[in-house]
Amino acid sequence: MKMEINQAFDKICKDADAHIKRLSLIKGPRISIGMATCGIASGAIDTKKAFEEALKEQGIDGQIQTVGCIGHCYAEPVVIIDHPDSGFPPIFYHHVTPGKAKMIVQSFLIDGDPLFEYLLGATKENELIPQIYDFPRFSQEKRIILQKCGIIDPEDINAYIDEGGYSGLARAFQLAPDEIISEIISSGIRGRGGAGFPTGKKWGFAREAEGQDKIMILNADEGDPGAYMDRTILESNPHQILEGMIICAYAIGAGSAIVYVRSEYPRAIEMISGAISQAEELGLLGNSILGSSFDLKISVFKGSGAFVCGEETALIQSLEGERGMPQHRPPYPVQHGLGNRPTVINNVKTIASVPAILNNGGDWYRSIGTKDSPGTAVFSIVGNVLHAGLVEIPMGVDLKTLIFDICGGIPDKKKFKAVQIGGPSGGCLSSDFLDTPIDFDSLAGAGAMIGSGGMVVLDEDNCMVNIARYFLEFTQNESCGKCTFCRIGTYHLLRILDRITKGQGREGDLEQLKTLSETIIEGSLCGLGKTAPNPVLTSLRYFRDEYEAHVLEKRCPACVCRSLTAFYIDLDKCARGCDACVGSCPVDAIFTTKNRKKGVDQALCVKCGECQVACPPEYNAVIRVSPPEKAPIIEKSVN
Amino acid sequence: MSKKTHLDESSNLFAQEEAMLNDIRCRLKDYSAERRDLIPILQMIQEKYAYIAPITIQMVSDHLNIGACEVYSVASFYNQFKFNPPGKHPVKVCMGTACHVKGGDIILENFERKLEIKEGKTTPDREFSIERVACVGCCALAPVVVIGETVHGNMAPSKVEGLILGFQIEKEKQARLKEKQARLKEKRDADENGN
Ligand SMILES: Cc1cc2nc3c(=O)[nH]c(=O)nc-3n(C[C@H](O)[C@H](O)[C@H](O)COP(=O)(O)O)c2cc1C
Ligand code: FES
Repeated sequence: MKMEINQAFDKICKDADAHIKRLSLIKGPRISIGMATCGIASGAIDTKKAFEEALKEQGIDGQIQTVGCIGHCYAEPVVIIDHPDSGFPPIFYHHVTPGKAKMIVQSFLIDGDPLFEYLLGATKENELIPQIYDFPRFSQEKRIILQKCGIIDPEDINAYIDEGGYSGLARAFQLAPDEIISEIISSGIRGRGGAGFPTGKKWGFAREAEGQDKIMILNADEGDPGAYMDRTILESNPHQILEGMIICAYAIGAGSAIVYVRSEYPRAIEMISGAISQAEELGLLGNSILGSSFDLKISVFKGSGAFVCGEETALIQSLEGERGMPQHRPPYPVQHGLGNRPTVINNVKTIASVPAILNNGGDWYRSIGTKDSPGTAVFSIVGNVLHAGLVEIPMGVDLKTLIFDICGGIPDKKKFKAVQIGGPSGGCLSSDFLDTPIDFDSLAGAGAMIGSGGMVVLDEDNCMVNIARYFLEFTQNESCGKCTFCRIGTYHLLRILDRITKGQGREGDLEQLKTLSETIIEGSLCGLGKTAPNPVLTSLRYFRDEYEAHVLEKRCPACVCRSLTAFYIDLDKCARGCDACVGSCPVDAIFTTKNRKKGVDQALCVKCGECQVACPPEYNAVIRVSPPEKAPIIEKSVN
Repeated sequence: MSKKTHLDESSNLFAQEEAMLNDIRCRLKDYSAERRDLIPILQMIQEKYAYIAPITIQMVSDHLNIGACEVYSVASFYNQFKFNPPGKHPVKVCMGTACHVKGGDIILENFERKLEIKEGKTTPDREFSIERVACVGCCALAPVVVIGETVHGNMAPSKVEGLILGFQIEKEKQARLKEKQARLKEKRDADENGN
């Protein structure tokens, strides 16, 4: 049996190899364009068109290949050009607009000049161009989950197989299901969906659970409004996820599996659906996989956009056609899940780590990261940080290294204020916590959590009360309404925060925020309510002075809360000749007096800050102050 | 003259609704009558028609043999389902974390002010609608607005007016073109009749 499986897999590998060789025989340069959602949003489609046109105009034979996202979202559209005839190694270009695309074709592909000002680096070792792997953004990362993202063509199963894909599955089929589970247990991997439950244990429970028809569900209902790594992985390397799902299903003895993915992710749905049919064609899915006696069918279910449906029992409810309301646990889904069948639900990143564990062994995985949180973690880092995007690091790296070394720190020489980790369920940590290692327990100890893996970097111009209010508005909206404390408690929390940001804070508000938060945590059934107050509690703990300034002095120290700030034009700095601010104002609130002084009509001003952007930097005359009374008054009619 | 077009329009709307119902009736045959098909059915209608009309809720309830209130209860729970037809140019303002930090709410307010509707609503001429969405996946370009299928990154309040104006100018251009063609046709018809 084992031999047959090996033979079947060998044949698949050989075919893939032959296919890839045929592609590499096509002469001329090969242009890979990052076309995941982030690339497309930044204009990659136009860039691709420009390359196609330019190649045609110049009569160059070449291949244009679409790949996924490499994680460097700040540099999109990203293009890698492999042009062996030029003598240069493959080169990584950033911010490739259609205009640059045409220039690159002319200069690099025809004249042989790689245009140093547009490139980020070479993807292979060489003596001519700096290598991207020498940059901290690359060298300090450790890629297991994202390893092939942005490198291979996600729509070609052969590309994945040629890079060693599906060998973890072939290895798994050599083992008995129990042996796979012990391998996963020995790796120590904990679920990447937020709770950090040991994956091997979960699989073991499901295997032992009574009931035939077991089922495996992939949780790709990424609901955090600022995190997008699960989507990127689905879009950039769907086969790695399928491989992990098949291994999981085999280990627990499931005959069917479901990919539960948000309907807001059309491209991810397209990619994973395409990948399923390709895998079926090659006999990697369907009946008697690789000639074994194991059958598996994977279907795709589109989630309808409710944050709470990421919670496993709510997810099951929505699969059954109900409102997505969380249920009491126990019984746990591993015993009574979808249709009362034993069900394993795992996050995308958990499952994407499985093939590598099977290939390299549990001990190898355990050697990465920390003792209690082995492996790597993927974060989507956004906000006020230079190199925003997706980063995969070994657990245990500290926040400072991640934010300042790997992601380039804060732009415009601004000061770091806080980092919000874990999206709506996470917390805000101040600069005192920059030495905290990133792992499940250290972050939880500080009041935050890895949660969804969203990370927002905030600088001195961000108001912590405003951020807490933002996340609370989100969770309040998404509360399913089942538990009174979550439904009404979050509503009142939001009302208090609203008042505070509007300068109507009262004495006792801060105490009430705290007690109300604690009550919500105690009185809620599911993780949504239990974590919703986290952003408030942590910001209150670490940035109490900001809250106090809002409540007691009616002042927003970061000059963000609009009711508490005003704009004015510093007449000493204003050149008075230009009308840049007047033209930029969307509500015509800026006026010019007879002697050409500029003033802001505070009754009209909506505080959008456009005038501040429009004012030429050499004048820099638009000033924002808090409290608003500090703005000097300029009468329209008087000189 | 004006009466005629009015009549035309309402009978046109009626025909459209009829066609929609027939189409959905046909498509329902692909779905089982089991409860677990409820969300996929609603998604099919939403994807095809961009909203779920009250009359279609009744159809779904008949198909699955459950109460219309059950169907509505599920449909109204999920953010994906809308009950009003969107505008021709749906404006989706990103309210994801990165966009919020960079002032997405001010962009939203500007659209609301310029179009004179609130978020979630459609303009009376059905040209524009405003919706808030969570992260559209290009946080590096924050703040972001998606109009139709086009992503507009690095938005600024002052760009809002220009964007809306662009659509209005385009519409006027189309109207003029149509008028011109109609005139040409009238002329041709007259010429032919004359011959
Ligand atoms: C409100 C809420 C939202 C959640 N959202 C997600 C999500 O988007 N993706 C996810 O994988 N897990 C999410 N979870 C966690 C799941 O309930 C579950 O723990 C996880 O999918 C298990 O997978 P893992 O063991 O691989 O982490 C959420 C939990 C809660 C309480
Ligand atoms: S938050 Fe707006 S695009 Fe990500």
